[in-house]
Amino acid sequence: MSVDKDTVNKIARLSRIAISDAEADKMVGELNGILAWVEQLGEVDVTGVEPMTAVIANKLRLRDDAVTDGDVRDKVLANAPAREGSFFGVPKVIE
Amino acid sequence: MSELTKLGVAAIRDGVAKGDFKAVEVAEALNARVSAAKALNAFIVETPEKAIEAAQAVDVDRAAGKPLGKMAGVPIGMKDLFCTEGVQTTAASHILEGFVPTYESTVSANLWKAGAGMLGKLNLDQFAMGSSNETSYFGNVISPWRRNDGSTAALAPGGSSGGSSSAIAARLCPAATGTDTGGSIRQPAAFVGISGIKPTYGRCSRWGVVAFASSLDQAGPMARDVRDCAIMLEAMAGFDPKDSTSLDLPVPTWEAGLNSDLKGKRIGIPKEYRLDGIDEDIAKMWDNGIAWLKDAGAEIVDISLPHTKYALPAYYIIAPAEASSNLARYDGVRFGLRDLPEGAGLQDMYAATRAAGFGEEVRRRIMIGTYVLSAGFYDAYYTQAQKVRALIARDFDNAWASCDLILAPTAPSAAFGLGEKNADPLSMYLNDVFAVPASLAGLPAMSVPGGLDKQGLPLGLQIIGKALDEQAVLNAGLAIEQRSGFTAEAGEWW
Repeated sequence: MSVDKDTVNKIARLSRIAISDAEADKMVGELNGILAWVEQLGEVDVTGVEPMTAVIANKLRLRDDAVTDGDVRDKVLANAPAREGSFFGVPKVIE
Repeated sequence: MSELTKLGVAAIRDGVAKGDFKAVEVAEALNARVSAAKALNAFIVETPEKAIEAAQAVDVDRAAGKPLGKMAGVPIGMKDLFCTEGVQTTAASHILEGFVPTYESTVSANLWKAGAGMLGKLNLDQFAMGSSNETSYFGNVISPWRRNDGSTAALAPGGSSGGSSSAIAARLCPAATGTDTGGSIRQPAAFVGISGIKPTYGRCSRWGVVAFASSLDQAGPMARDVRDCAIMLEAMAGFDPKDSTSLDLPVPTWEAGLNSDLKGKRIGIPKEYRLDGIDEDIAKMWDNGIAWLKDAGAEIVDISLPHTKYALPAYYIIAPAEASSNLARYDGVRFGLRDLPEGAGLQDMYAATRAAGFGEEVRRRIMIGTYVLSAGFYDAYYTQAQKVRALIARDFDNAWASCDLILAPTAPSAAFGLGEKNADPLSMYLNDVFAVPASLAGLPAMSVPGGLDKQGLPLGLQIIGKALDEQAVLNAGLAIEQRSGFTAEAGEWW
């Protein structure tokens, strides 16, 4: 599989990363180089192999459904680039 | 140089406990050394006041006869991937520049509780993505090492924990935290002639560590010898309910368990790691390592890890896939950078912020990850990579039938020059060829110095162990350390 410039622009859109025309051109070559290299995985016989989901066998724990923290609004907002009162400010989304 | 700055973790801890010197004296000496070493660019932020504050608390406790912690009085460097309350945490990215966490990562909190102090936040490859420390927004870290031909060419300290490796090798700190996703503790340790261990996945909490690839990320210590690594790992590790993959197990007493007698241990030598065209100095060091372990009483056995060649390509699907998901949080809304072009809407703000805030390598990996996870390609790339990953882990499981530990080189070369591997991302990726398999399988793995190459640069030997058997890894590391006679240090030019 190889990617063209349209595909690179689509991936950039899905990634929410703005790219220039020149960057897209450069990325076509780089992504194709990396993708051609990872393609060798296709030659591995994986018949009957389950994809790995946990590196080290470990049971997911359940916790009590209890509130154990919170009430830290100002801490949560402390690093917001555009705080508005007690909210995160964003550009208008609905006209 | 003040004598105090030459001491390692154990020597500082013991000297403070015995009253040979005050913790504050050590902190002051190291603060001065850090501040005089700007040419290495190892630190993004220096925090001399934090180091002094922690040292004073230890001195007060000692005077009051209170019990002291495992790291009492030891100032360390903190990789700038660990969130530190009140101190800027950037992951060496522009997108997190100015981010001041309102909470402390579990690992760093454990270290402060053990009596360690913070000299500063160490530079790294941006979001820990890189093997040379050339992707940091805050500039390259320079290795204190230089080639023995009189050249002053700047060498890579390895990556991603390159600030950590450079600072320890330059004796700016006795130890530092590292994180290892695909070799980021072991390769930089090898490049500068120090030791570093990546414990079993789940030993150290990931809570409060800026996430790169969550199924691989694991914190560990870097220091000048094996004992110091054992001490610091004990202080860092432990169950944390805030990390769902944290192992609910007691922390072994690794320092007390150190024993370099390897009688009864079988060391596997994987034939697939002996690559065609392997560097002859690397091959020689590996042979020396085999001889040292034999001398320590171990039996050497040949083993096969047949899927080794697929580890790197599998890693370069899995790690970017997880990164693309983890790094979705940087949106210019809740923290970090915001780039809002005139008249832009929300979607344009996201795209502009992320374009401006992420470096080139980070953008490249997010895009690869997005592609391999996208509709129509998910099974061909991601599912296939996870199946291959299962086979790589199975290779190790099969190997444990005939051996207890594996010995291999840490990296295929000594440190390379800054800029030498930048033209093609693939050539940089290949430097992690020996480190990545143990990461994919979640196994404990350590690098210890193995000697110098023809250029006078350090090389590292890697020991890989069974899950949860850090003790055997440390013990083999100690056996090598006692026989390698490695005492080389970088000459001070900075």
